[in-house]
Amino acid sequence: MKKLITLTVNGQQQEILVEPQQTLVEALRYTLGLTGTKEGCGNGNCGSCTVIMDGKIVNSCLVFAVEAAGKEIVTIEGVSQGGKLHPLQQAFMDEGALQCGFCTPGFIISGIALLNVNRHPTEEQIRHAFAGNLCRCTGYDKIVRATLKAAAL
Amino acid sequence: MTKYSVIGQRLPRVDAATKLTGQAKFAADFTLPNMLWGKVLWSPYPHANIRQIDVSEAAALKGVKAVITAADVPKKKDDEEYPGAMSSCLARNKVIFAGQPVAAVAAINQYVAEEALALIKVDYEVLPAVIDIEEAMKPGAPLVHPNTFTMNIPDKDKKPTNIFWYSKIEKGNIDAGFRQADVVLENVYRTQVVHHGYLEPRASMANVEPDGKVTIWSDNQGIFELREIVAGLLNIPFSKLKVIPVEVGGAFGGKSSQIVAPLCVLLSGKSGLPVKIVTSREETFKTNRPAPAALFTVKIGATKDGAITGAYVKMVYDFGALSGIGGMGQFSFGGPPMLNTYRIPNIKIDNYSVYTNKTPSGPYRGPTATQAAFAIESQLDEVARALKIDPVEFRLKNVSVDGDPMNAPGFGGDDHFGKIGFKPVMEQMKKYLNKRGPVKGGNRGRGVSCGYWATASGSAGAIINLNADGTLDVLIGSVDVSGTRTIAAQVVAEELGVPYEKVTVNTGDTDVAPYSTLSAGSMIARSISKPLHLACQDIIAQLCERAAPLLEVRPDELEYTRGQVQIKGKPDKALTLAEIGGKTFHFPGGSPIIGRGSTQGSGSSPVIAMSTADVEVDKETGKVKILNFATIQDTGCSINPTLIEGQQQGAAAQGIGWALMEKSVYQNGVIQNATLLDYRVPTAVDLPYIDAFAVEIEYENSPFGIRGAGEPPLVPTVAAIANAIRDATGVRMKEVPMTPETVFWALQKKGK
Repeated sequence: MKKLITLTVNGQQQEILVEPQQTLVEALRYTLGLTGTKEGCGNGNCGSCTVIMDGKIVNSCLVFAVEAAGKEIVTIEGVSQGGKLHPLQQAFMDEGALQCGFCTPGFIISGIALLNVNRHPTEEQIRHAFAGNLCRCTGYDKIVRATLKAAAL
Repeated sequence: MTKYSVIGQRLPRVDAATKLTGQAKFAADFTLPNMLWGKVLWSPYPHANIRQIDVSEAAALKGVKAVITAADVPKKKDDEEYPGAMSSCLARNKVIFAGQPVAAVAAINQYVAEEALALIKVDYEVLPAVIDIEEAMKPGAPLVHPNTFTMNIPDKDKKPTNIFWYSKIEKGNIDAGFRQADVVLENVYRTQVVHHGYLEPRASMANVEPDGKVTIWSDNQGIFELREIVAGLLNIPFSKLKVIPVEVGGAFGGKSSQIVAPLCVLLSGKSGLPVKIVTSREETFKTNRPAPAALFTVKIGATKDGAITGAYVKMVYDFGALSGIGGMGQFSFGGPPMLNTYRIPNIKIDNYSVYTNKTPSGPYRGPTATQAAFAIESQLDEVARALKIDPVEFRLKNVSVDGDPMNAPGFGGDDHFGKIGFKPVMEQMKKYLNKRGPVKGGNRGRGVSCGYWATASGSAGAIINLNADGTLDVLIGSVDVSGTRTIAAQVVAEELGVPYEKVTVNTGDTDVAPYSTLSAGSMIARSISKPLHLACQDIIAQLCERAAPLLEVRPDELEYTRGQVQIKGKPDKALTLAEIGGKTFHFPGGSPIIGRGSTQGSGSSPVIAMSTADVEVDKETGKVKILNFATIQDTGCSINPTLIEGQQQGAAAQGIGWALMEKSVYQNGVIQNATLLDYRVPTAVDLPYIDAFAVEIEYENSPFGIRGAGEPPLVPTVAAIANAIRDATGVRMKEVPMTPETVFWALQKKGK
């Protein structure tokens, strides 16, 4: 039985029909067409599906869509404003902190969530903040450096 | 490098903004109206006959639009010879590994498709399976393919065997070599099955239109290779099959196989609707093509002044149930050349490739080389220690240089080295380590290792359109796995002397793009630069022809320089690209300027990469911490140093994972740890910063002297860490991964 839910995504209120077993990442990607959020594992291991829900990061593959009713969600599509990259996105671009780009939206969301609570994190704090985001291309080196650079702005 | 203006610059990737904002489209991001979701039923057994498949209940389930089995797949000649899956995308009568596709369904959503899978009844007759590599080689072992005979062993009365390939290299006299040595040491080394661990699971969508035209969106490493695989399996003419390029979420060799794309085509054909299959992470681990496990016996002898006098290596690779996919034969070509790094007068190599009922293996970043480097470079470290010679000095004493004969010939049949950068890489490493100073502190140690690899090249085409405003559109057929579009833009900007921003590079689909080889083998920068170079030359010739009447001279009185055509030596008598484009396209008699280049490969380029690790070993727990890591490679000309460093750091990270954490755990032939954290890819917390340096010894056979990057830095990394653990603890680890558990027990055994 499908259920009608209301949620706010990137500042926009949305009413959507979801299956009871549908996850938030599936609803974002396939119901709302916001495919920037990726699903890499389906069990919370990789963090590619990271979004901000009511101010906190969640793995959207571990949240049922029905649980997101009434919540405020920020996805990668809601990060850059007015056609301008967020400073963290810009730092990732300048430092070459992305390769295939599949994990990148999750890192940007986790990085922004980190900088929201800790404006000047250390290398170690950044590595721990990213412990739930896997990247297989970069070895994390340039990701950590780009985040430090954005934090220094 | 100052000799170029755009090449060698740290320019941002052309795809950075779309990837950073979530706009880039990967295979699973595509949907079509009325699209169905497909799901695959995989074999639960490593070896079984299929007596019967009953799909009637699944097909009758509400919402199910198509169910397919081998009965829906065109029969191939090979089916008789290799019952199982050699040439079929669904198992016919027999399964030979757990995770082999047996049937597939398409339904209105994933949930119905999943439900339908549970309704398919397969009657299996379970057969004895062979999982262990040594068991597989014994006479009387269960046969994975009943009709396999060892290639390259001439023997008329030979019996079928799981050893499907053998090669031998003999040079000098190995016994004499060992007799000349002051130290001869022998050890056995073992590696396990490892997976690429790309973050994007496999995903394909296909649409078969009523007129028979097939369109595919699928993660891949070559749109033309994908087309060839699917066309071959399903008997579709190439021109009826269009592959749309997509962004690829990591590949590392793993996406040269196509497992679900042909199933999407069959399901779409049967249902008349577009079908998408996205495999789960568990399916991705269990059904794709990992790197083979391997077993080595290495015996090396050297004189007391450090000259290697002989090396014997027996290498056995466990390729699982199939030796390749889509016509791409897999055998252990990366193993024997590992000895090419060094001048060794006496060599013997026995090289075996074996079938087992494990997941079929495929290429992974320097296929079969990393395993061999782990064994050989670990053993070289033992010899250097026994001789009390510094490990870098020991390697420098024996290094191969320009003009030396190769111990294992290259792919192109070349048997002597041209210009190579082995020694400069080692010298750079020496400098780096001298600057760092010795490792200080208890339970700490340092290891180094070399890794040999020959970067490949392949045929490719390129088309460049000059626009009327002087900008350029470049069309290539190479899927951009690791920065291809960025590199192509830099090459064209350099060749034509125009700003990088004026060049837009597009990967076209297979209907419109010029053919290109796989984005694999560290080869695409070199392979694509050649046709781009020719296309730019073509453009320049056309520009001169168009400009000649406008400047009232003959074409041969003109020269091209920095984005303009001018009368030789007269920069004030010139026309820019935009002026020529604008003037010639729109007037009667004008025609567009289109540059074209098409080239074959330019051989394989020998390179080495060298890694060094400083580690700390916790003797209470066996946990190894990487304190410092550096990797150095001869990349030839580095088109974009940021991209090269990224390749080096990523490869090093994969090597650290392979060394310390990663393996697919098999129980009764079935992978047990099919999640990213049970398989255990490294997280940001597991790794330090990774220092990466390129040594640029230009390769004579390519534009700008490109050699290639991507694979080589993985090759030496596992051995470098093993050697560091040896340095820290005195314990020689002979099997990877070197997990806390295995290191702990090795330390206990040594009584430390």
